[in-house]
Amino acid sequence: MNPHLVATPAAWVALVPLLPLSGAIVLGLGGAWLQHRVGPRAVSAIACGTVAAAFLLALRALATLIGLPPDDRLLVATLWPWLEVGGLAVDVALGVDPLSAVMILVVTGVGGLIHGYAIGYMHGERGLWRFFAFLNLFTFAMLILVMAENLLLLFLGWEGVGFCSWALIGFWYREPANAVAGNKAFIVNRIGDLGFVLGLVLLFWTFADAGVPTLAFRLMEPRADVLQGAQLWGMPVATLATVLLFLGATGKSAQIPLYVWLPDAMAGPTPVSALIHAATMVTAGVYMIARLHWLFALAPFTLHLIAAVGLATAFLAATLALVETDIKKVLAYSTVSQLGYMMLAMGVGAWGAGIFHLVTHAFFKAGLFLAAGSVMHALGGEQDMRRMGGLWAALPHTAVTCLVATLAIVGTPCFAGFFSKDAILWAAFSSRYGHPLLWAGGTVVAGLTAFYMVRQFVLVFLGTSRSDADARQHLHESPAVMTVPLWILAVGAVVAGYLGVPPVLGESLGVPHVLEGWFAPLFGGHAAPAGAGESHGAHAELELGLMIASVTVAAGGALLAWLMYGARRIAPERVSDALAGLPYRVLRHRYWVDEVYAAVFVRGTVSLARVLTWVDTQVIDRLVDGAATVVRGAAVLGRSIDDWLVDPAVNAVADATWAVGRAARHVQTGAVTSYLYGVLLGMLGGVLLWWSWAAAR
Amino acid sequence: MDGVGVQSWVILSAILFVLGLFCVLTRRNALGILMGIELVLNAASLNVVALAHYASLGRDGQLFAIFVIMLAAAEAAIGLAIVLGIYQSFETIDVDATDRLRG
Repeated sequence: MNPHLVATPAAWVALVPLLPLSGAIVLGLGGAWLQHRVGPRAVSAIACGTVAAAFLLALRALATLIGLPPDDRLLVATLWPWLEVGGLAVDVALGVDPLSAVMILVVTGVGGLIHGYAIGYMHGERGLWRFFAFLNLFTFAMLILVMAENLLLLFLGWEGVGFCSWALIGFWYREPANAVAGNKAFIVNRIGDLGFVLGLVLLFWTFADAGVPTLAFRLMEPRADVLQGAQLWGMPVATLATVLLFLGATGKSAQIPLYVWLPDAMAGPTPVSALIHAATMVTAGVYMIARLHWLFALAPFTLHLIAAVGLATAFLAATLALVETDIKKVLAYSTVSQLGYMMLAMGVGAWGAGIFHLVTHAFFKAGLFLAAGSVMHALGGEQDMRRMGGLWAALPHTAVTCLVATLAIVGTPCFAGFFSKDAILWAAFSSRYGHPLLWAGGTVVAGLTAFYMVRQFVLVFLGTSRSDADARQHLHESPAVMTVPLWILAVGAVVAGYLGVPPVLGESLGVPHVLEGWFAPLFGGHAAPAGAGESHGAHAELELGLMIASVTVAAGGALLAWLMYGARRIAPERVSDALAGLPYRVLRHRYWVDEVYAAVFVRGTVSLARVLTWVDTQVIDRLVDGAATVVRGAAVLGRSIDDWLVDPAVNAVADATWAVGRAARHVQTGAVTSYLYGVLLGMLGGVLLWWSWAAAR
Repeated sequence: MDGVGVQSWVILSAILFVLGLFCVLTRRNALGILMGIELVLNAASLNVVALAHYASLGRDGQLFAIFVIMLAAAEAAIGLAIVLGIYQSFETIDVDATDRLRG
């Protein structure tokens, strides 16, 4: 980054998150009234209007940024000082730089489309206002996360999206399974958050020790040198802090080992799955790493770890998606897998490529989720793909948009996923931190992705219908409010790719790599430029070759899926039988990860709780009871002292006072004359006293 | 005035004071007691004026006398109001009959 960066003050960018917040407040406080008195339309209008307005402001921010010199592209709105503790001063400061500009456009753009879609999807829902209030609150928190100018504010947004995720997964909380899924997501995320907090504290500690007590990105980055050589427990602080932060990212971005919450999170309404668990919140971990790329670049070990975890997650989740029969869970595992890709990109230092994939993924995965929601809407909530099929004719809009999104995620040339996935694979192969094995793994995952996505599309839309007659009668295409966002996302799933046409393809056609130039001021210093400074021609050939190889693998996967599920040339059962059924069983049980976690962590926790209960009842309670007995004995003693000493003394004082009063009351005769004699006597006595005193002198 | 000494004034005021005191102590009628109090106050005023004159204190004594007269007026107003109140409650102003506050 440019150390002499000149930030442009722009208070209005604070409106981008504040607009959805205002929507959330209005709907949260007055939404129920509004929905019953004015109608659900008013609720939808507020929810969508605020996000749409935020999107327009985000566009304005983008336009403003483009108008600035590339090295000074930063708009900052410092709202108020938040904390001033010791040497630490944290401002509530929001900023828009090239990275957060892309993020706020995705959050408000894709998020706005999903808001619009939700109007149709959630039609007739009694708690519509609650749904939209949380959706708006989520948008606010996510915008805070991506616009935060310091790590603490980022963490605030991080926790905010976690809370909204919990509230929205369990939106239909009357179903216990949904509430449990929400809790699972939240608790698993907390484990990651612990790492995040520790990393944050460690970073601040190190910086404060070096005389830079700050958490603001723009102040930390130029002083990253203080981390050089800093050690804690014999480990470099940079490595330790980044590993801890990455633990937070594995929670939020559903990576091994904390990915288990995401498939369960599909219990929430489909727009929630699309917005939170595909397009925005789960990308927070990726964003955080990109935001702190200068820090991660100091820790090669962490980068290798991220790349390994990302690839492992991508592979594991892709294999799980192969045998999944729930339409939304296929997409959930696909999301985990694609997030693994993004992590792989981060791990090889290809920050720009990772964010590029984040953007394209937001479009095609949101499109896929919304298409799945549209299918479920048409079938009355059916999620089992074994009871679908042949929906092409009945749901033409959904089918075509879903096809476009599927082609995009599979990596079909000319579609968005092709460009972004290829950028990651090429970086995995060629970057300073890359390795051919990483490329090979990513390519295998591309093949798996093609297989399960084509399988899903074929099972849902092609062939003959396997749903029952009753459901078939009620088949209907979704209303325009749902199909229009689908179409826009489908267009995005194609067009977004052209933001990052690789030079090897684009140069001859004169198409520039827009995103690379856009991110250059931010990532330029740290990104490992693919093949920089070496002969261009050989690299171009290699890159093209690798590209063709990965596309071929993907095509192979797609073809296999077509043969198995479309053309029915190979019966799926025969494949699983040929593999002795074991791999299939392993996958159907999701590697028993949930079971292992249940046995190790949940039962471990429960056993620990039992032991602690025993300690509690047998030791601590005994101690407390003993203490209580002693106190009780002391109290009995105290009471007898009270009864036999204190009370008689107090009573004696009272009795004496009473007796004196009884005697003295007779002085007051009520006869004025006697008082006057009293006055006279007193006066005479005074005079006599004075005389005797005067005589004594 | 010069022919008269300060003793004469003090004796006069003492006689007035004793008469007033006698009246206050012996009367059973509330109005009588009030009148006695007036006498006592006037005796005091006379004493103050006379002593101030012979001690050459200027007008201080007369100022005090005016204060005492004002005080006496206020006292008479309140006293008469009390007497009226007593009459309304007891149908009498005999102070020996009104001993309801006896202890």
